[in-house]
Amino acid sequence: MKHRDLLGMEDLERADIERILETANHMREVGERDVKKVPTLRGRTVVNLFFEASTRTRASFEIAGKRLSADVVNFSPSSSSLKKSESILDTARTLDAMDPDCVIVRHSVAGVPKCIADVLSAPVINAGDGAHEHPTQALLDMLTVQQEKGRIDGLTVTIVGDIAHSRVARSNIYGFRRMGAEVRVAAPPTMIPADVETLGVKAYTSLREALEGADVVMALRIQNERLVGSWFPSVREYSATFGLDRARLRFAKDDAIVMHPGPVNRGVELSHELTDDRSSVILDQVRNGVAIRMAVLYLFAGRQRGRAAAEETRP
Amino acid sequence: MRIAHEIVERNEEPESLFLVAIPNGGVPLARILAANLRDVADVDVAVGVLDTTLYRDDLMISGERPALRHTEMPSAVDDRCVVLVDDVVKTGRTIRAAMDALMDFGRPRAVQVVGLIDRGHRELPIKLDYVGKNVPTRTGENVRLCGANGVLEPPFEVVLVAEGVAA
Repeated sequence: MKHRDLLGMEDLERADIERILETANHMREVGERDVKKVPTLRGRTVVNLFFEASTRTRASFEIAGKRLSADVVNFSPSSSSLKKSESILDTARTLDAMDPDCVIVRHSVAGVPKCIADVLSAPVINAGDGAHEHPTQALLDMLTVQQEKGRIDGLTVTIVGDIAHSRVARSNIYGFRRMGAEVRVAAPPTMIPADVETLGVKAYTSLREALEGADVVMALRIQNERLVGSWFPSVREYSATFGLDRARLRFAKDDAIVMHPGPVNRGVELSHELTDDRSSVILDQVRNGVAIRMAVLYLFAGRQRGRAAAEETRP
Repeated sequence: MRIAHEIVERNEEPESLFLVAIPNGGVPLARILAANLRDVADVDVAVGVLDTTLYRDDLMISGERPALRHTEMPSAVDDRCVVLVDDVVKTGRTIRAAMDALMDFGRPRAVQVVGLIDRGHRELPIKLDYVGKNVPTRTGENVRLCGANGVLEPPFEVVLVAEGVAA
């Protein structure tokens, strides 16, 4: 690994991604054992620093850390203390004084993991920052696709939903593009960033055209509580034009798989029947999430600044 | 072939044997050994592969993490006589890691170790049960196993290489 921290898929080269996926494939086997624990990170401390509420991702990192025998500490500062930006760094410095071996950061503002990485000596893993990146989600999505399809190179991946506000979409675009897949995005025009095609993707406002020949269809969660009225008229209207069901999936390839980062709004992004369909790999994604996070902890945890500094040029 | 005979002599119930190879070198050897056991004792012995990387004692000392390898344990280890198979044994640290890994899979009745080449230089109190050949080496030398015609099967040829020479 060239970088000390995992801040985004944008920084990863193809060889790095392949290394993480390969490692995660072996980690999956550990999860299939009776005793799902190996002593690799014994005596190491992993801190989950989650400024933004999250149950699934935090639990996934926690299980991953524990399967590697690390001591996992969950740290969720109250949201009121983040109004001043310096308090984030103070929190980070306080943590650093406790000598963790890896810090997992989630924050609702883009760039916070990077700021924290700059003051910490422990490596930082980004677990989602604003609308910027969510690298471990993209990695687990790629692992799932690789398992289902045997490859990533040359596949067509269609991402449907709120591309503009989605860190999952952004990380997946970087990741799948770097691995040689064709990436398409489909959404109402208000949810497609104006410059999205500079990332090497094709933007569609017609779901049918975007699905034509797709191997992988990834639906994103619609945050209806935040978006209704400003980005699209109503949830029903969105679901009528961009919701996926069995009939619409027929536009994609016969063996297309359906993915969703969860939690699913049943009947909005995906119909009930499609959520539970054979083509849906949503629960495999969750299972692979633990394996990916074990791989990331194995490859990154404990690489302190002093040692990694020589390998890396940091400002 | 001689090792297969020794294993059968030592173990009264060859059907409870379970060969566990340590990758990468142990894998072809375990397969050859299983075939020999079939000839010698007419038993089909289970063969597994156990990667010891996650159990190594030097993971956090070296900078870059080593690549993981395949693990496949087709049979339970409980009440079996597990025979670990490695190609070259030196410090004994890999065998220690393999034993710890094995214990996480269950409680074997006994654990025995095959080392095709014993180089000496032990750093842990580990003794091999079956040795193909003792090859005294100096630190700085490496051992390479070669089969005839580039195929890894007996008769093996042992080549000493100075450290740093590419395989």
